[in-house]
Amino acid sequence: MSTTTKVLTGVWIAAVTVAAFTWLPPAQGFRNPESARIVVFHVPCAVLTFIAFMANALYSWKYLRSRNPLADAKANISAELGMLFAVLATVTGSLFAMEQWGSPWNWDPRETSIVMLMLVYAAYFVLRGSVEEKSKRARLSAAYALLAFPAMVFLIWIFPRIVESLHPTNTLFSRTGLDPAYRVTLWGFFAGLVSVYVWMFRLRLRVELAEARLRERRHSELEMEPIGAQP
Amino acid sequence: MSRSSGWAREAQAVFAKDCLLELRTRVALGAVVLFAVTSVVAAGFALAPPSGVAGDVKAALLWVVIFFAAVAGLSRVFVVEEETRTADALRLAVSPVGVFVGKLAFNTVLMWVLCALTVPLYLVLLEAPVVHWGLFVVVTFLGSTALACATTAVAAIVAKASMRGALFGVLSFPVALPPLLVAIHGTKAAWMANAGWRAAIGDIHVLVGFMLVIVPASLLVFEHIWSD
Repeated sequence: MSTTTKVLTGVWIAAVTVAAFTWLPPAQGFRNPESARIVVFHVPCAVLTFIAFMANALYSWKYLRSRNPLADAKANISAELGMLFAVLATVTGSLFAMEQWGSPWNWDPRETSIVMLMLVYAAYFVLRGSVEEKSKRARLSAAYALLAFPAMVFLIWIFPRIVESLHPTNTLFSRTGLDPAYRVTLWGFFAGLVSVYVWMFRLRLRVELAEARLRERRHSELEMEPIGAQP
Repeated sequence: MSRSSGWAREAQAVFAKDCLLELRTRVALGAVVLFAVTSVVAAGFALAPPSGVAGDVKAALLWVVIFFAAVAGLSRVFVVEEETRTADALRLAVSPVGVFVGKLAFNTVLMWVLCALTVPLYLVLLEAPVVHWGLFVVVTFLGSTALACATTAVAAIVAKASMRGALFGVLSFPVALPPLLVAIHGTKAAWMANAGWRAAIGDIHVLVGFMLVIVPASLLVFEHIWSD
């Protein structure tokens, strides 16, 4: 990512944040209209969580098809970022729930489903930690990610709709769901967050590749030394 | 001979082999049923007298018992192949599809036996207020089958990793959660006079749909898990 993009991302997010607190009108119909501003930050985090976990499934599928270690690294990074945004979505959601519904945790279907999503990916990391061999770890974790994917789809789309929810459904993409000012700010913040996501993704990938190169170099150095030689 | 009957015969052979082994040692069945009976008795003690406990608590508890009993035994089909080092022989003799379908059939039957033995005990000890018997049997049948479908491929993953026992529970919970939630919902409906089939028909659809999705997904990834 070029320096200009990074600077622009910073300015953009700062501007949207300021707009969310000053330009955006308080949302009527909420218990505390001022607190509804958090929706602008909460929803993009939740959407990005979903995108990250989707990317994880895609890269896992790609790994199983190609057995390219790079796809495995990308799947792992996607899962990490998904976890990070899931935590952010949960924390912002909890804060709003405390204001709006009187309790930080209501076992609302969407709250349940994001906890379960975090469990899926926590299990994914545990699995990665418990297999030593690299290619085997990549294979098993990719298989697990693809197995967990149908469960995830169920938890995100089907479950909140069969059980009564405090969350609204279908507001994001329907024409009448959101006030235009909210729509602009929300998607504006989303755009900034996507840029941050891409940036973090690339950084993590660079670290991963550097680590791989370092391992390789150490490996070749070890091979060059005669066994049992004294320095 | 056509290809499809090929894997079906292989699956049958794997299933028959696993049943024979199980009848000789009774390790999986013993672990699963003993675990379930122990937890049913523990629940009975903890909730005595059970008449004061709400029906939905009992419905949730029933499925928690079934799920954890399943976790105690369902990984065995694959773990035993790795432990006795027979996995390679099986890989040579049978196609991956045959292995998976055979093992899935075995786990499904194991779940049915588990439910047939422990659910009546649970109903008696905890005085479960079953109203719609037909619905209850259907939900239990579909729920236990769906749990077997969800966890068999996870068992294959776990058999290849270290710390198998602990890992199986951790990994299978998220995958088994959708059928578990729906089965609890359906069981509650079967235990309430004013609910019944109309309230549970969505649950039955979701259980069947879940199986129709998770089994092909498992088959797709199983080849990659199974082949070294």
